[in-house]
Amino acid sequence: MYAVELTNLTRKFGDFTAVNDVTLKIKTGSIYGFLGPNGSGKSTTIRMLCGLLEPTSGRGSVLGFDIAKDSEMIKQKIGYMSQKFSLYDDLTVIENLQFYGGMYSLSGSLGKGRIEEMLNLAGLKDRQDELVINLSGGWKQRLALGCSILHKPSILFLDEPTGGVDPKSRRMFWDIIYDLALQGTTIMVTTHFMDEAEHCDEIGFIFEGNLIASSSPAYLKQTIPGTLIRIPTDDPMGLLEILEGSLLSYLDIYCSGTSLHLLMETEKLAQITDFHYEKITPALEDVFVYLVKSHRKE
Amino acid sequence: MIKLEHVSKNYGRVMGVKDVSLEISEGEIFGLVGPDGAGKTTLIRMIAGILSPTEGEMRVLGAVNPEIIKEYLGYVPQKFSLYGELTVQENIFLLGSLYGQRKEEIEERANQILDFTKLLPFKERLADHLSGGMKQKLALAAGLMHRPKIFLLDEPTTGVDPVSRREFWQMLYRLNKDGMTIIVSTPYMDEAELCSRVAFMHNGIVADCNSPQGLRQTYPFRVLELSAKDPNIKRYLAIPSVLECNKFGDKYHVIVKDRAALKEVALTLEAAGLVIEALKEIPPTLEDVFVALASEVI
Amino acid sequence: MRRLKALLIKEFLQIRRDRLTLIMMLGLPVIQLVLFGFAINTDVKHLPTIVFDQSLQQDSRDLLSSLEASGYFDIKYLAKSYQEANSAVDAGKAKVGIVIPPDFSENLKHGRQAAVQVIVDATDSMAASSAISAAQLIGQIKSQDILLQQIRGYSGHPAEKPYDIRIRPWYNPDFISAFYMVPGIMGVMLTMTMVMITSMAIVRERERGTLEQLIVTPMKNWELMLGKIIPYSLVGYVQVTVALLAGILIFDLPIRGSLALLYVLTALFILASLSLGLLISTVTKNQMQAMQLSFFVFLPSVLLSGFMFPREAMPMVFNLLGNLLPLTFYLQILRGIILKGVGLSVLWPQIIALIIFIIITLTISIKKFQKKIA
Repeated sequence: MYAVELTNLTRKFGDFTAVNDVTLKIKTGSIYGFLGPNGSGKSTTIRMLCGLLEPTSGRGSVLGFDIAKDSEMIKQKIGYMSQKFSLYDDLTVIENLQFYGGMYSLSGSLGKGRIEEMLNLAGLKDRQDELVINLSGGWKQRLALGCSILHKPSILFLDEPTGGVDPKSRRMFWDIIYDLALQGTTIMVTTHFMDEAEHCDEIGFIFEGNLIASSSPAYLKQTIPGTLIRIPTDDPMGLLEILEGSLLSYLDIYCSGTSLHLLMETEKLAQITDFHYEKITPALEDVFVYLVKSHRKE
Repeated sequence: MIKLEHVSKNYGRVMGVKDVSLEISEGEIFGLVGPDGAGKTTLIRMIAGILSPTEGEMRVLGAVNPEIIKEYLGYVPQKFSLYGELTVQENIFLLGSLYGQRKEEIEERANQILDFTKLLPFKERLADHLSGGMKQKLALAAGLMHRPKIFLLDEPTTGVDPVSRREFWQMLYRLNKDGMTIIVSTPYMDEAELCSRVAFMHNGIVADCNSPQGLRQTYPFRVLELSAKDPNIKRYLAIPSVLECNKFGDKYHVIVKDRAALKEVALTLEAAGLVIEALKEIPPTLEDVFVALASEVI
Repeated sequence: MRRLKALLIKEFLQIRRDRLTLIMMLGLPVIQLVLFGFAINTDVKHLPTIVFDQSLQQDSRDLLSSLEASGYFDIKYLAKSYQEANSAVDAGKAKVGIVIPPDFSENLKHGRQAAVQVIVDATDSMAASSAISAAQLIGQIKSQDILLQQIRGYSGHPAEKPYDIRIRPWYNPDFISAFYMVPGIMGVMLTMTMVMITSMAIVRERERGTLEQLIVTPMKNWELMLGKIIPYSLVGYVQVTVALLAGILIFDLPIRGSLALLYVLTALFILASLSLGLLISTVTKNQMQAMQLSFFVFLPSVLLSGFMFPREAMPMVFNLLGNLLPLTFYLQILRGIILKGVGLSVLWPQIIALIIFIIITLTISIKKFQKKIA
């Protein structure tokens, strides 16, 4: 059973194609990570799924409803949180929750109960009467999430939910997302933090409007040819310059934190004699670098 | 080269930066890391001479008055602030003329910089039609036109694809090798690893400032890397010696107080009947360090 | 219903929190009233006048004293030649020159038309029109009087009051501008706040991203529209009340017609302005654009509605353009009820015009505002 099914979905703005011929499926109850740089078409895709934008061509369904025809039916059942944390700055925490509760027609005791739950979830119980404008990023983020899941949506769309938030808040946020997924909510989340993507059951890479891969993280990691090795060094940039100037033949080379990553054909590994190295399983970032570079070559 | 003593900046009642003392020497790549609203942009703007501090003393290249040294400073703001309606080359030329350079000088320098930033093939393209990564390279190029001694960049790589990010950092590295002092803010921890020193900002305060290695050494806890396939691991690990447990890629990072806790974790998980695929201590990532620092500051 | 309630509560909380706008909305009526009522006095009196009286008879002296008695003309200079009168006006020494021909008295006696020339410095249009209308009025009354006198003379009864010079402006016997201005200011102010504030209120949600969040909820279009219209209508009513109270307390403004009717018809105008604001919000992307477009509505409203300049004097095109503005009709309603004391039997054409305006703008804005962001 699929919560989301897209077939050749395309959206153009004038002569600019923001989303080009995207086909994908998201299993009910899974976390689907939608990765790509800014302006690659992530938000446009999500907005089409939420009924905020109409597709130029192609078809899509969310929870079995057609996104072009039944967008009002879809809206009853989805939660959406955008990168802007769309809260009312001049209202208090609780007023924001009450407002969105009203928008989803949550009645008296049920509504109160849900609002209480969300206050606990966001850790804002003690600050419920503060104006939202006085909250820092992490709190706003959790409040915005609370507002978008008040009505217990069966699918949750998160558009760059962790942008500009401190690492601790990011971790707390993902804990909440995990719990939601365990309770059966399907989640589609966009991010440009590759490490976050490792948390997802399936991943779609979108680049310049094209979906260049969609699969599980484990499978994607196998698509990289050759062997990825890591050379630890205090000066990765310096070593990079040295190796780029050497005769070493490699598929790709780049810095990653305190080490240098080299992608090599397995049989050529013997060429490396001067450095200590270890073989590593690629991270999603390595996968993305590889996919983007091969896409560019096309 | 740059010296800040008890510098504060407040916007009305809101504190932007609180009592920051920093010294940045020539030839550094100095990183500013922290969430949105931590004060990174305010600090960079003060060094760039766009904002004046409310309190404290600041010397850039020995000068108190920022106007005198403006020609030695390059500044790339967070928001793309070039003209979208002009081509790459027109933007560069405009910047050159603003710094009062002669026409031949501008042309020579422009070619050199566009070549360095790999923008030469796109010099006739409108800035609006560049991708996110290329726009950032153009902003970098524009900031370099007048050969600054100190180069300030405010989140130049946020939301840019990983490949462009790497290329961008490689350029910064080369500029630094040629003697340029670079101050850069970033939300990406792997980029922080590439800096000579990193200041971690939180709520307007510099919580710590050290080399990446130095920061890691001050980390008060230990990090265990755990591989085990069970979605409920966090619940089993609700024991006093475990401070935190987070998903990290396809593994878990378990933060514990001391080495003795390693055994305790292993025993607890085995008692719960879980199969531990791997459990070992690893050096903390910068992100771990910052999470710990952020908790102290609050 | 629950959604509408939530929207209303939210809107009222926001209005209450935004102190500056709230003060602007409530303080604006009073400030504008005082400003326009006191500072801008469109009546021009005591114009320095030069007279070249070639007749020098009783009749001409009577005429001159009537003119002076009206309060509009201060006879400061007596000219010895036509040239002198003319150049005094040219030089700005006098605003008005009055030339009485030598045969003035003779003509009157024989029942012929007696012409008096009035030279006016038209660079000051306000003074000019005042002078012209006052002189015309006096002339008219004078000739009626003389006619009457002659008739009575024939019947053998001498006239008791041969010269009764009194200017009788209708509806505003004391010629106080403030009376005329207060209803106008109410209308202008409502236009400004209703159109601008509604358009900004929606565009602000678009800018902040909260509109996007609203659109993904099951909210209906009309709920959002009503959620904006209801609170701002109430704000409009508060403004009208404040302006009326200020008018009564500061200027002793009389309300000659039905106050209830005034309030009912005000609803039509508020609705018309709000739907115009909604329309603006559907075609603008940010608050700056909304502000500019609101001014685009506001300026013609001030200039063409009859608020400052009489519509009768406008060229046909502008007169017709004025008919596209709701303020034009509302001003007629306001002045009709407050100053003339007229009712529905007179004002029905204006009411129909406003209703047509509302239907058209609301239909367009509901069509344009789809639950989509682009």
